[in-house]
Amino acid sequence: MPYVSNEEAKAAVQDRAGIPPAPSRLARIVDSDMFHSFLRSKVTVVAACGTLILFLLAFLAPWVAPHNPFDLASISILDARVPPVWMEYSDPRFLLGTDDQGRDILSAIFYGMRISLIVGFCSVAAAATIGITLGLVAGYMGGRVDAVIMRIADVQLTFPAILIALLIDGVAAGIFGSIDREVFAFYILIVSLALSFWVQYARTVRGSTMVEKNKEYVQAARVIGIPSVTIMARHILPNVMGPVMVIATINLALAIVTEATLSFLGVGMPPTQPSLGTLIAIGNDFLYSGEWWIAIFPGLALALLVLNVNLLGDWLRDALNPKLR
Amino acid sequence: MIGFAARRLLQAMIVMLVVALLAFTMFRFVGDPINQMVGIETSLEEREALRERLGLNDPIPVQFLRFITQAAQFDFGTSYQFRQPVSELFAKRIPATLELSFASALFALVVGIPMGIYAGLNRESAISKLFLSVSLIGISLPTFFIGILLIFLFSVTLQWLPSFGRGEVVQVGSWWTTGFLTLSGLKALILPSITLGLYQMTLIMRLIRAEMLEVIRTDYIKFARARGLPDRLVNFRHALKNTLVPVITITGLQLGAIIAFATITETVFQWPGMGLMFLQAVQNVDIPIMSAYLLLTAFLFVAINFIVDILYFFIDPRLRVGRP
Amino acid sequence: MTKKSLLLAAALLAAGAGTSAQAETLKFAFQGALNALDPYSLNETFTLSSLGNTYEGLTRRGADLSIEPALAESWEVLEPTRWRFHLRKGVKFHNGSDFTAEDVAFSVDRVRSEGSDLTTRVPADAKVEVVDDYTVDFVLASPNPILHYEWDTFYIMDKEWTTENDAVKVTSASDTTPNYAALHANGTGPFKISSHEAGVKTVYEKNDGWWDEAKHNLDTVEFTPIGSDATRVAALLSGELDMVYPIPVQDIKRINDNAGTVALTGPELRTIFLGMDQMRDELLYSDVKGKNPMKDARVRKAFYQAIDIEAIKKKVMRDLSTPSAIMISPFLFSKAGEFERYPYDTEAAKALLAEAGYPDGFSIGMDCPNDRYVNDEAICQAVAAMLARINVKVDLNAQPKAKYFAKILASGGYDTSFYLLGWTPGSLDSWNVLSNLMNCRDESGAGSPFNNGGFCDEKIDSLTKEILVENDPEKRDGMIAEAFKISHDNAYYIPLHQQGLAWGVADNVDLVQRADNQFKFRFVTKN
Repeated sequence: MPYVSNEEAKAAVQDRAGIPPAPSRLARIVDSDMFHSFLRSKVTVVAACGTLILFLLAFLAPWVAPHNPFDLASISILDARVPPVWMEYSDPRFLLGTDDQGRDILSAIFYGMRISLIVGFCSVAAAATIGITLGLVAGYMGGRVDAVIMRIADVQLTFPAILIALLIDGVAAGIFGSIDREVFAFYILIVSLALSFWVQYARTVRGSTMVEKNKEYVQAARVIGIPSVTIMARHILPNVMGPVMVIATINLALAIVTEATLSFLGVGMPPTQPSLGTLIAIGNDFLYSGEWWIAIFPGLALALLVLNVNLLGDWLRDALNPKLR
Repeated sequence: MIGFAARRLLQAMIVMLVVALLAFTMFRFVGDPINQMVGIETSLEEREALRERLGLNDPIPVQFLRFITQAAQFDFGTSYQFRQPVSELFAKRIPATLELSFASALFALVVGIPMGIYAGLNRESAISKLFLSVSLIGISLPTFFIGILLIFLFSVTLQWLPSFGRGEVVQVGSWWTTGFLTLSGLKALILPSITLGLYQMTLIMRLIRAEMLEVIRTDYIKFARARGLPDRLVNFRHALKNTLVPVITITGLQLGAIIAFATITETVFQWPGMGLMFLQAVQNVDIPIMSAYLLLTAFLFVAINFIVDILYFFIDPRLRVGRP
Repeated sequence: MTKKSLLLAAALLAAGAGTSAQAETLKFAFQGALNALDPYSLNETFTLSSLGNTYEGLTRRGADLSIEPALAESWEVLEPTRWRFHLRKGVKFHNGSDFTAEDVAFSVDRVRSEGSDLTTRVPADAKVEVVDDYTVDFVLASPNPILHYEWDTFYIMDKEWTTENDAVKVTSASDTTPNYAALHANGTGPFKISSHEAGVKTVYEKNDGWWDEAKHNLDTVEFTPIGSDATRVAALLSGELDMVYPIPVQDIKRINDNAGTVALTGPELRTIFLGMDQMRDELLYSDVKGKNPMKDARVRKAFYQAIDIEAIKKKVMRDLSTPSAIMISPFLFSKAGEFERYPYDTEAAKALLAEAGYPDGFSIGMDCPNDRYVNDEAICQAVAAMLARINVKVDLNAQPKAKYFAKILASGGYDTSFYLLGWTPGSLDSWNVLSNLMNCRDESGAGSPFNNGGFCDEKIDSLTKEILVENDPEKRDGMIAEAFKISHDNAYYIPLHQQGLAWGVADNVDLVQRADNQFKFRFVTKN
């Protein structure tokens, strides 16, 4: 194994992203090839359908949810803690029951999933942008620039997402006196998740870039005077997109889980705009009192969503790994 | 060699300095420590006097300089909550965290490796797929939720295992306490170790599977098979041996991550380790504990990174030419 | 699992754990930690409650909170500014030294010294005169009928022990080496502390030489802090602990249904209320610009009447709260019955808002703690939803108490427009409420430091001054009622309720749940 892949493995693991992306030899993946392997795996097809349905439910929440849990004027505390319809004392208006404030659990799940996904997508996009840029620069320029960027990455690795979120939360509170969670929680989450995820992209992209830049076509491009930026964007970037896609998919799942953990620690989304994690954290308080539906249904929704996305990521990784074919 | 090591050491020290600066500047702004140290009825003048005594009114560079010179001597000041030296508090909490981390790493390896080998060798079998799917659930649910469900099942409903704490601990030497030597201590370890180790188990299993899949396709293994060596021998003597090298490296590195992520498990199970102390410190704005924790974890990561780099230097001769 | 095998498993566990059952050990947990053992370093209920098992004051409070003699056998007011205390003879500290008047004089000096968090226990201008070994006089600058009301938590320390161990200076956080008294305790109380690891475990042992007759039957008490509500409740349900507090109100039923545990509930003295910024000319967090709607009594009353306190009681507090019309518990004020809440009436509230010039409502930011009071955040959410019905849009900012207090109190510059707070008068007397919450203040908090809304009513101020020096109880209560009435008429505050106490206890444990939420081992028996 070349030196590069050790670095990659370290990066992947330290980030707790789970599954380290296989080193990309790369990868002239023909679409039909991928499509073929896709159809071959029944699990993947099911996962893809599941993901699609969940995404649709989440993003169409305002139209498909029976209630709007954000409209304070429409919820009543007197409807609090109604059990799911198949149980005693239930209310036909609330299919999966209500939470401690009288919000419909089903609707809260749809809206919560939307927030979880938005947080996930935004943080992955931000992390990928930072990571790819720095990775390309480090790999292409090498030398001192490379050393500086990789040392920054080392510093970054010492701060897990949870720590970063707590830090940013505190710093923001210090700077703005105090912060309005409703406004800032979202941005704090994105920034802290992005800050803890970018290293993985950077290391992977850097590794691939170092391999690519010594190839003849890049050398040739350089010789004929094509500017570095163009070379990076036009020639190297497309070649490293495979592993990046794999990391991004897995990170999306990880971001959603991490956001849930942060909610448990009190730095996630506020209860007035609950994500799936916030819903679980709220419901935790009601597990022993018999009102299990407040935590369990959002928990199931979260598990389903993350499981599906992870399965897709799995398949993507195997499909993009030429050594396995 | 010496040049390489010296360069890496210098880089490691710069990293630590940057972390120290970050830790200092950030924590300097988290909440107001004074509010934590006094009761709600303390007057403004008393608060101001305390602020002065703590040096919170000094210029920031002066405070930073004081901070690093003291940290370098393992003096992290006095905890605002406990009014005891932070280094002493950490010394008392470290055994709990290390024992939990060790037990969960053990769990992850003992369960993860066999599952990974099986799944790697029998890629298409139903059991492999089951392993993969089940292990995915392990990373699809947040740690705290798994912990709470385990407590609900095994402590409250079945009453088999304790829901909190370390059980009975035995003093070993001057400052180490261990839960490994008592029945209640061992029982108390089970649920937290599973909660914390589930993620690493998944990781190791999948890593082994992936490595196995790659290794058994290499010419070297194909050649061994072609020579007519029995499958079992090929699989375990040749394939597994090759697989384990990266796994061991990564497990070493994971130890740092386990310690960092023990915070959540420790919170759920009221495990008296340093992660729990850190989270309580965050809630109570106990700045000395927070900065000490941050520096300790950073030190751990940097130290492990440094050692691994040096090891690679010996393992991989290509590196000796110098870093690209 | 069948019931039989469950029983069997439980029996096996019990057999494994209960072999050394001769000595009675009480194991309990609280949500927070016992940090320093110095009885003057933190003015906080749990710390003082815990240390009250080891240390004692001149007075103590009984099961019903009545003031009882403790280290002082009796006292008399010789003249309004001179109080004489006759000390109990034959009392020994845990280290064997005798308790005398010198210890009292020493403790008074120490509690008022730099670094102490309990400096207000004894007025700064009061003097202590040692008459003889067992008699002490307190000479005051002005009359003070409630001088000794908080002395049940002003603990007497041993002069010799403290001096010998170089712990005269109260431990403050700036000391780099911990003070001896922060890590060790030497009181006169019914329990000694035999080991203490802050934030992990504290073990108490029975004091055989206690001066009073022991009504408890405990030999050892083990305390563990457990921060997570779910874990704490689980530890009680699984039988690992004998007592945990507080327990979330939603788990009361579960604990009662569980064989072997019971939830003890009772009223607490703390009053939960809403306050509003009535000082600034423009609210910090609102879409109303150029004026402050909360300065208008009609708007405050509209808020008041929009709140369905019964729904909060039933759904959020699960009946474990007592709606309140005044800012103090009815147990602490004889004329509390004269007050009645403004009725819940959304239409009337809307009309009041319209009359005040806000027919379409407005928006306002609300600050709320989320780990301080019983279901604090849920109450705020419910209030936000109720105000939404009169078109007031509430932007809720719920935070952990450290950050919350840093924002809304004097140290944060009273950075709030609308907030939820709870208050227990430490002296269990109304004057404390008036002087802390209802007098005028300036921007830095001089005056009533906890009047976060900063309203100012001269009449309440002058009444407060008169109440302090009034010795006739009937007249005094009349004036207190008058001050509370002014607050009620103007809706300066919106009182919500006195929250309930909820402790989880194993069936074989008998104890006293005091309304001040202090847990005293001397009332405990375990069978």
